[in-house]
Amino acid sequence: MPNIPRDGLEPVLRARKITKIFGRHRALDDVDFDIYGGEVHALLGENGAGKSTLIKILTGAYQPDEGEILLAGQPVSFRDPLQAQAKGIGTVYQEVNLLPNRSVAENLFLGHQPTRFGIVQRKAIEAKARDVLATYGLEIDVRAELGSYSVAVQQVVAIARAVELSGKVLVLDEPTASLDHNEVRKMFEVVERLKARGLAIVFITHFLDQVFEIADRVTVLRNGRKVGTENLADVTATDVVRMMLGKDIAFGHQPTRIGEAETGPARVEFTDLGKSGKVAPFSLTLHEGEVVGVAGLLGSGRTEMARLMFGVDAADSGRVRVGGKPVTISNPSQAVAAGFGFCPEDRKIDGIFGDLSVRENIIIALQAKLGWFKALNRDEQIEIAGRFAEALDIRAASHDMPVKLLSGGNQQKVILARWLAIDPGFLILDEPTRGIDVGAHAEIVRTINRLREDGLALLVISSELDEVVAYSNRVVVMRDREMVAELTGEDISPAVIVNAIAENKTRSAS
Amino acid sequence: MKRSGFSFLARPQFAALIAVLFINWLLFPGFFDITWQDGRLFGSLIDVLNRGAPVAILAIGMTAVIATKGVDLSVGAVMAISGAVAASLVVGGTASWIAVLAALGIGLACGLWNGMLVTVLDMQPIIATLVLMVAGRGLAQLITEGSIVTFSDPLLIFIGTGSFLGFPMPVVIAFVLLVGSTLAVRRTALGLLIEAVGVNRSAARFAGITSGALLLLVYAFAGFCAAVSGLIVAGDIRGADANNSGLWLELDAILAVVIGGTSLLGGRFSIPMSVLGAMIIQAMNTGILISGFSPEFNLVVKSGVIILILVLQSPLAARLFSRGHARPEPATAPRTTP
Repeated sequence: MPNIPRDGLEPVLRARKITKIFGRHRALDDVDFDIYGGEVHALLGENGAGKSTLIKILTGAYQPDEGEILLAGQPVSFRDPLQAQAKGIGTVYQEVNLLPNRSVAENLFLGHQPTRFGIVQRKAIEAKARDVLATYGLEIDVRAELGSYSVAVQQVVAIARAVELSGKVLVLDEPTASLDHNEVRKMFEVVERLKARGLAIVFITHFLDQVFEIADRVTVLRNGRKVGTENLADVTATDVVRMMLGKDIAFGHQPTRIGEAETGPARVEFTDLGKSGKVAPFSLTLHEGEVVGVAGLLGSGRTEMARLMFGVDAADSGRVRVGGKPVTISNPSQAVAAGFGFCPEDRKIDGIFGDLSVRENIIIALQAKLGWFKALNRDEQIEIAGRFAEALDIRAASHDMPVKLLSGGNQQKVILARWLAIDPGFLILDEPTRGIDVGAHAEIVRTINRLREDGLALLVISSELDEVVAYSNRVVVMRDREMVAELTGEDISPAVIVNAIAENKTRSAS
Repeated sequence: MKRSGFSFLARPQFAALIAVLFINWLLFPGFFDITWQDGRLFGSLIDVLNRGAPVAILAIGMTAVIATKGVDLSVGAVMAISGAVAASLVVGGTASWIAVLAALGIGLACGLWNGMLVTVLDMQPIIATLVLMVAGRGLAQLITEGSIVTFSDPLLIFIGTGSFLGFPMPVVIAFVLLVGSTLAVRRTALGLLIEAVGVNRSAARFAGITSGALLLLVYAFAGFCAAVSGLIVAGDIRGADANNSGLWLELDAILAVVIGGTSLLGGRFSIPMSVLGAMIIQAMNTGILISGFSPEFNLVVKSGVIILILVLQSPLAARLFSRGHARPEPATAPRTTP
């Protein structure tokens, strides 16, 4: 063990030689992990590296198949998260797991309310809640419904609850994923306070810069094995990325323009497509071998535009031509028949069939296109699923396992494989890299470029400007449910795009 | 088709059926006796199959509905309507084959109505089919004008009490529907598409599945199955009893499907397992009747056995079970249901 920060101190929590096996898949293989009081220890890894499995073992949601967990030097085993919580290990997830329609104070002490003769002492709870939250620098009306506050405040309440109930180790599982810049700052202040109080904090995130800002040490996992633990003062971001990927990726802060290639004839033409109250009529032509990036703020009409194109919402104006021929697209089934594919933003709700197998998830759109009676038999299914899983490097122990057991990045690739299986002419990707870590980012970006070379027309919606710039031949900018700019050539740069969005912001404000 | 093997023989439901039959045999030693008489089979086992056929047929239709995350409460009432239509037509002098077709057609129409409410109006299935559950029985009573319409039509009586190759007609009909519907869902893409809609209707829409047409088909088939059951029950008693035909049978059908292992949350389904569930229910009914206990015991014993079966299927039992046995190879342990 290099770089133990506090000589001679016993770690608060130590996991030794942890192995966890699902079926024939070793989700974790002989992993060591330790954390000291007063330290923030970041846990990094690509999708499927084993981060969530390790956290679930530390917090009692899973039991390890091999290895042991030591709490303050004593071996422990947790039956369930409640027991882990009672012994001092609290967890806060990306999505706040509290009750939005109850008051802040109730949420803070739910299940542990101070009572007198079995009656909940409302005033006492509220006073205590105010005191507790004050130590987090949060002065709010604790009687108000939790749901009336921002996600950042809810997040802090969740942290306070976890610390009050547990108090030794705090696991933060992507706490900043849905926060804006200022909220992240506030969250980090809270983390610093807790660190000063001597708490041991495990911090999981996809944002490397946040790791370097807040964490003391980092442990990197890859494919279920530990790559190493380093003092962050001794390493650079490139070192960490290399540890995570085990390979150098050609994707950095200096985006390289690779979207200048000659494009082919028009593949799909949308003319004056619109729906009142959703998206103002817009016209857009996509050519073979072309990627059109869509930039814009959340709620700018980006997703609504894609939904109209795919017939998820029926347009009330406009025409669509595919390969020069007019087509009607008023539902997704017609869109699929026209050779369109759509990877939706919310994988879980609109994308995957959790209980169905990886194989079935891949062939389902092709089967829907073939119709009820032209069934793909099992051998055909295996062949198709195998071909596209290999092309996209989908990592699954078996294609017969339920797709819900795969990591987010692999699920995203399964949905992409589903569309590639219908041999589409036009593919819409809505936030294809959201909730996916940096390694899978680079892979998805590479895939987008490869599909373009294969002659597909792609529409890619993304909040990652670097990525949009890297793969787009053209960029359209959306604002207030309207297409407000179309950028080509030299204009495709983060600065110009931000300007296009901001310019329109000021115009809308005036 | 590899996946429609005989793996269901290893399921706890099959063990449960064997256990119930064995207990029946302890209570009544002649239980397994089967005799050949007047060109057909007789015996308690044949009785179980024959008496269980109406619920088994309902369960066949109900399975697909439940797989889409729906439920059809109206099948009992549709049975009454079907019987009433066939009986009043033959009594009024209509040719019996037309009466049968009309009854089946009405059943299909009832199912389409349910499917319409679920797809076009986007009603919750339990409410949508509750409408016809209540209204349907009233409709049947209007058709029979409140009395039991008796008939002596040979075709209808043959459907309820005849025999083919030694087996009672209800058993033959149920078997044909079982094989036909299982092949229909597994040889075509229907089974997979139905499961996809049941698992995630929104994702099914994004994947280009026309779930509306599928749901219509599934509810129409449930209505059709109910009409077939209604004809059998009417033929059996040679009359249409709008008050009692199919009463509460929708609950037995749902139970049969659940015992068979199809989740009420939709998704994976198996029609043969649902039929097995119906047979378990009927074997208990028959056992209690022949053992001489009063029928009141039936409900209590039935619920006890059902709780036992459901516990055996629960995740807890699955964990306990898999601890004692080697896990099946993940690569070859996909869908084990036929």
